[in-house]
Amino acid sequence: MKGEGRVYGLMAEFHDPGTIVTAARRAYEAGYRRMDAYTPFPIEELAEALGWHTRGRLPKLVLLGGLLGAAGGYLLQYYTAVIAYPMNVGGRPLHSWPSFIPVTFECGILMAALTAVLGMLALNGLPQPYHPVFNAPNFALASTNRFFLCIEARDPRFDAVETRKFLENLCPNEVSEVAG
Amino acid sequence: MADRPTDRPAPPEAHGPLLVGREHTLASVTDKISSIVLGRGPGIGWYAGFGAAFLLVMLLMYAVGLLLFKGTGIWGINAPVGWGFDIINFVWWIGIGHAGTLISAILLLLNQQWRTSINRFAEAMTLFAVACAGLFPLMHLGRPWLFYWMMPYPNTMGTWPQFRSPLVWDVFAVSTYAIVSFMFWFVGLIPDLATLRDRARTPITAKIYGILAMGWRGSTVHWHRYELAYLLLAGLSTPLVLSVHTVVSFDFAMSIVPGWHATIFPPYFVAGAIYAGFAMVLLIAIPLRASYGLQSFVTLRHLQNMAKVMLATGLIVAYGYMTEFFFGWYSGSEFEGAMLLNRVNGPYAGMFWSLMACNVIAPQFLWSSRVRSSPPALFCVAIVVSIGMWLERYIIIVVSLTRDFLPSSWGMYSGTIWDWATFLGTIGLFVSLLFLFIRFLPMISIFEMRTILPEAEVKEPTHEG
Repeated sequence: MKGEGRVYGLMAEFHDPGTIVTAARRAYEAGYRRMDAYTPFPIEELAEALGWHTRGRLPKLVLLGGLLGAAGGYLLQYYTAVIAYPMNVGGRPLHSWPSFIPVTFECGILMAALTAVLGMLALNGLPQPYHPVFNAPNFALASTNRFFLCIEARDPRFDAVETRKFLENLCPNEVSEVAG
Repeated sequence: MADRPTDRPAPPEAHGPLLVGREHTLASVTDKISSIVLGRGPGIGWYAGFGAAFLLVMLLMYAVGLLLFKGTGIWGINAPVGWGFDIINFVWWIGIGHAGTLISAILLLLNQQWRTSINRFAEAMTLFAVACAGLFPLMHLGRPWLFYWMMPYPNTMGTWPQFRSPLVWDVFAVSTYAIVSFMFWFVGLIPDLATLRDRARTPITAKIYGILAMGWRGSTVHWHRYELAYLLLAGLSTPLVLSVHTVVSFDFAMSIVPGWHATIFPPYFVAGAIYAGFAMVLLIAIPLRASYGLQSFVTLRHLQNMAKVMLATGLIVAYGYMTEFFFGWYSGSEFEGAMLLNRVNGPYAGMFWSLMACNVIAPQFLWSSRVRSSPPALFCVAIVVSIGMWLERYIIIVVSLTRDFLPSSWGMYSGTIWDWATFLGTIGLFVSLLFLFIRFLPMISIFEMRTILPEAEVKEPTHEG
């Protein structure tokens, strides 16, 4: 990763959601790609402005997790009732599938939910003990009422002077350099 | 400190009673909710409440200690009534928990914004109710330290669980429910934990909340996945919550005992669970909003909506009672008929008629909008409904078991002092956990409250998109 070293990027602080969405859109149009915004609550328009139009891999992973969980649950019951511990109850079939449905269902839900949570955390790279953006001034307010847009130094178009000028044109409260 | 009263104009929207007080901004919402946790220590009221609840936890410890020492003989259960308080309380608690999941998952999918200020503590309530519920079947095992025998694992005894038994389904359903409820609650907490981390006033608090927040920084990409995961969890929890109480009702319905063997049980149990759960949410919400001054977050509109859900589910429950009687008559089975006559007219008739008064008559007051708008009146109705739902389980479980097919094996049942001590003890445990929760975690979802503020609307100054 070139460009990494001292500077992580340039961080612009905004006062309201409208301004940051416009700013993000303008930055995207200007060709910046390595950037991220930090906000106190989810803003759908912002994700779109930053070029996030798809749902990503998570839903597919969750479906897969659910299917594997359900299949695993069913196989476990089949193995238990038919192979490992067959028990003849009034001559009923060993493979009595209707009574295996509830546990199959629960196993499917459990694995799907685990995949959703752990998958979301893993794809987001959390837990992450250190991240350079926390060095930005006022960044603690990103979890209260300020909105931040960071253009990272590893973006090919990044230029310490030009990018700063660009950001300053987007009506931010403040633009500051983030140490890496 | 985030201060600065904003210069934004007052929100113009005004359709129906408000979901959040007009005066609130991003900063004030954050301040108000997080200062309950981060502000000066809790007041005397908190200590008094927690202390009283903790005394009941001590009672629980004593009752459970005695149970482990002497065995289930200290309880009232015996042939023919092998399921007494333990299963009544189990079903009662787990039912209460369901309202939390309903509020957080089903109302999210239905896009009901009013869930936002009540979902957090309703989810906490779910977790604590499930914890209390789980204790009962565990203690009823007699040798609770061998509970892991219920799990399928290769063992030296060469045995496996019987997957055709609803009791094994219950183990899977309830443990899945506990795990998924915990994850749902915790995922919802992550952004708020980050807020607490950023606003903490001592390094130690910042560290603890920081570890729990796992480095959350509000990145847009993260929010994007986060919302997706949250929605998926809601979608998964919805069928889960319905399945859990369905499986609980299968514990009864799959048997052949008159009074248990009925196909109406799953929907009837689920409706009863939601009914009892909303009553409990009201029992928690009404004192909370009064004592922490949260009337601008948990508004009258929330209480009214919850009252309406209670009325609707209460009517379904009443319909369930009617259906049971219809089945008893229509089945033509003398055992079914005798069971119902015994309920109405037998040794437990007093309980049955109290149940009717609590669960069928009391909720009818909720038709009146005056009652729905009065917190004290709602509180009273909610208490009555909670008692009614407990009586319902008592009637279903005990009255059905006291009279089976052979008159020679009939018997009576009543809880002993240790049954009552354990039950009261779990109420103490539930309340203590709630007190700890409101002390250490934000009881209202801060980031979700932010999203429903007018200030959070994206108003772009420019023209071209």
